[in-house]
Amino acid sequence: MIGAITLLLVFQLLGEVIARTLALPIPGPVIGMALLFAALALRGGPSADLRDTAQGLLQHLSLLFVPAGTGVMLHYQRLSDEWLPLAVSLLLSTALTIGLSALVLRLLIRRSAAPKDAS
Amino acid sequence: MTPQLGEAWVYLAASPLLGLTMTLLAYQGATWLHRRSGGHPLANPVLLAVAVLVALLALTGTSYQTYFDGAQFVHFLLGPATVALAIPLYAQFDRLRRMALPLLGALLVGSLTAALSAVAIGGLLGASEATQLSLAPKSVTTPIAMGIAERIGGLPSLTAILVIATGILGAMGASFIYRALKIEDDAVRGFALGIASHGIGTARAFQESEQAGAFAALAMGLNGLMTALLLPVVMPWVTG
Repeated sequence: MIGAITLLLVFQLLGEVIARTLALPIPGPVIGMALLFAALALRGGPSADLRDTAQGLLQHLSLLFVPAGTGVMLHYQRLSDEWLPLAVSLLLSTALTIGLSALVLRLLIRRSAAPKDAS
Repeated sequence: MTPQLGEAWVYLAASPLLGLTMTLLAYQGATWLHRRSGGHPLANPVLLAVAVLVALLALTGTSYQTYFDGAQFVHFLLGPATVALAIPLYAQFDRLRRMALPLLGALLVGSLTAALSAVAIGGLLGASEATQLSLAPKSVTTPIAMGIAERIGGLPSLTAILVIATGILGAMGASFIYRALKIEDDAVRGFALGIASHGIGTARAFQESEQAGAFAALAMGLNGLMTALLLPVVMPWVTG
């Protein structure tokens, strides 16, 4: 487990260094994820230890958002002033994004899966 | 309060132990409720835990800063967890490669819809310009969204809250939308939720299946990238 955590931190560190030295708009951990993905593709898959550790960490991904979410208490004022446009915008826009993305993806998959049926 | 209890409080208020333990306890309670509800999407663990913590902090008069001194250890794990998303992603490598073009098409539509519809609806209902600009990157994972908000003239700390609210809303509502639209493919369900609701949507998708989780993780990463590239170009044109 410690070996796997060390590996994850090394890739995060590499990602941070690359993001900062090249001044990229993408955060370090996302670059770290891409690098680890490339390493797994080269190596032919993760070790059992890395797979178990990743699974343990991702099973409780929700927990990791709790501290930032609690920061809502810093914004009482603006939230109570503008709660209506914020609530309606978040609700409708999120539903629209999920529905539209899913419909477009399903349509494009069907088209690419059956190119001979298309006229 | 007795003097001894007062002393214990002085110690706890100054040490990271309390904030960290409270976070874990609130989360344990929230996941217990979530399980008791049979994994119902409306019993979202992030929402429940945040509600309990905000109430506790308000009751004890504890500042967010004091709380975060302890909770930052949990917050820190977001970095390694993001890197760890490479592992389920790799497990779906073959399917991802075959679906590359449909995924990119859906990503472009989803990314623009997420940003422009939020700004348009906020604007129509009278949100201030700073609030509208803070809404634009709401579907993107927190660190990228805060960076984008800063670049386009929003308020990064407000954006962080809107991002988390969007994540919770998507995780709560997606299964209802999918049922109405008869979306059954786990890859599609995961990918659309990842575009709209980043990491919290991804956490929800992993509860459905490993495949849905992997596609959500991919969508989260790609949408972060796409929005970071598109918004600084598109927004000045939208707000005039």
